[in-house]
Amino acid sequence: MTTHIGPHPTRRLILQGAVTVALIGLGNLPYAPARAAANDKYPEEAFKQKSEADAIKALYGKTAEPSDKVKLDAPEIAENGAVVPISVTTTLDKVTSISFFVAENPNALAASYKIPDGTMPVVANRLKMAKTTNVVAIVEADGKLFSAAKEVKVTVGGCGG
Amino acid sequence: MASSIRVRATTNGDITEVQALIQHPMDSGFVKDAKGELIPPHFIQELKFACNGKEVFVADWGPAVSKDPYIKFSFKGAKKGDDLTISWTDNKGGSDQTTAKIA
Repeated sequence: MTTHIGPHPTRRLILQGAVTVALIGLGNLPYAPARAAANDKYPEEAFKQKSEADAIKALYGKTAEPSDKVKLDAPEIAENGAVVPISVTTTLDKVTSISFFVAENPNALAASYKIPDGTMPVVANRLKMAKTTNVVAIVEADGKLFSAAKEVKVTVGGCGG
Repeated sequence: MASSIRVRATTNGDITEVQALIQHPMDSGFVKDAKGELIPPHFIQELKFACNGKEVFVADWGPAVSKDPYIKFSFKGAKKGDDLTISWTDNKGGSDQTTAKIA
């Protein structure tokens, strides 16, 4: 019997430990990205990512789902890729941040805006585009990510060359 | 030197609309000069708007934001005559700041 009792407490301890870790892990998940967006540090890593997916992951740590509540306004054709006026509006509630990505730029993340309480989830800015590609807007609302994309045709690229 | 920031903030009583234009080269680091040498990256990283000491808008920018950047947003809770402070810092440690009255 002693040989049987011996291993049990250990195993139980390990199991308990695993459960605790899992619980802490689960508890952290929904809050971690919110914290990342709320702190004031410049997201250096996210700006270094080359692809859009990697940049979204580095900035938010999760993926976005397309939503028709996010309205991205960009021209069909941009004659000058150095200055492309792009704006986003959304009817979503509890928006905490809005980010802009240009899929085939050398670094996909172009700009990220924090929207504190009382500020409207509406942003207009002007971005550079290297070539014809998708512009993606990500809206973080109530801890979730929503996206809208639009292809902009670029006649003259805006990233040198 | 005149401020690099030009800002217009107008309120209709409830919502304040802010438009800002900043003079900055926003060099991406991918463009070559006349001699064929790369112009090193030089761009604004952080731009902050605060109204009466409370942050109302924070922008984190990469080099893909156009030269002499323009930004427009709006917020609630300000009235005519309130102070709006705009400040930016770039990747070379440069910075500028200005305060505008909301009209």
